Amino acid sequence: MNNRLKVLTNGLIKENPVLVLMIGLCPLLAVSSSAINALGMGIAASFVLVGSNIVVSAIRRIVPDQIRIPIFIIVISTFTTIIDLTMAAYFPALYGALGVFVPLIVVNCIILGRAEAFAYRNGVLDSLLDGLGMGLGFTLVITLIGGIREVIGNGTIFGSRSFISEPALIMILPPGAFITIGMLMALMKWAEAKGGRR
Amino acid sequence: MNNTGLFGIFIAALLINNILLIRFIALCSFFGVSSSMESSVGMSMAVIFVMTISSAVTWVLYNFILLPLHLEFLRIASFILVIASLVQLEELFMKKNLPELYRALGIYLPLITTNCAILAVAFLNVDYKYSFIQAIVYSLGVSCGYTLAIILFSGIRENLETAPVPDVLRGYPIAFFTAALMSLAFLGFKGLFGL
Repeated sequence: MNNRLKVLTNGLIKENPVLVLMIGLCPLLAVSSSAINALGMGIAASFVLVGSNIVVSAIRRIVPDQIRIPIFIIVISTFTTIIDLTMAAYFPALYGALGVFVPLIVVNCIILGRAEAFAYRNGVLDSLLDGLGMGLGFTLVITLIGGIREVIGNGTIFGSRSFISEPALIMILPPGAFITIGMLMALMKWAEAKGGRR
Repeated sequence: MNNTGLFGIFIAALLINNILLIRFIALCSFFGVSSSMESSVGMSMAVIFVMTISSAVTWVLYNFILLPLHLEFLRIASFILVIASLVQLEELFMKKNLPELYRALGIYLPLITTNCAILAVAFLNVDYKYSFIQAIVYSLGVSCGYTLAIILFSGIRENLETAPVPDVLRGYPIAFFTAALMSLAFLGFKGLFGL
């Protein structure tokens, strides 16, 4: 049981797909101009990640080694199509805001990376937990960045007013995304260096 | 969007909606290959080459096969398969018939499959309902914009190697701040030619 818990928490901190492994950057920067968009993107990507992890690990014994990558891609694009059509039908406003980035989940390196590195080698339950952990890690970071940008750039959080009276518009424009993630990375590096010295 | 001229489409894709700095597509390759000038030139040549061909092929696929058969929901799966096999095909063709070009682009061609810009342009052509000529011009504009941004960025990054940067900012953080300043500069193109 302890081992299972480790699989789940691995993606949250130690192997956080975004901050540590530096993959999946495109959606992270593009849709994080508000917290709600970022949360929507995080949930959509997590759904695809969990689904494809389960299926890949369930069929791993019958997939020939040489053609596994095309098969993974088919599985991933199936789940992406499901989430694409579901969001277009039930959340049209969010779908409009995320735009081309919903179909682009299919080329998100996190998902193919987990299918190849984890789900293809482990059982269904472990892969489910791994997908959940990685998805949560991604959702957490993208929502954090979206939240920071929305508070500083627009003076709101999840749409309701916060305490900042004169927001700095630059943070919700494209440069703000680069600045926020650069700051977060510098902060992590600083924390690491400080921890190492102790 | 549909009634702007071809020149307008090209400039909008090149500068105003620059795919790397304003739209944030294909950032993995932007930070991955831009550490040396040589590799960014190779990568961007491969992008120009593959993007133009693949957007022509996916346009034909969507408008002549998927639309008449009402199979629009298959576009994600079919586009990515077509692009992946197209890259393989181009690689074989170049190896046989254009060995010089193959040597120049060599290792960058397989990397292209995972470059989301190619797939994104295929989807955007559909979303904007471009005609065939417009789609070609648009993908040329996007790939030239990619080239422009990545070559400028790698020039700056090569100089950053020797610059006195605070320790915590070394490597990726300072690269992100550089990209932020470039993106700010590209925002200045907004409103150019009244687009």
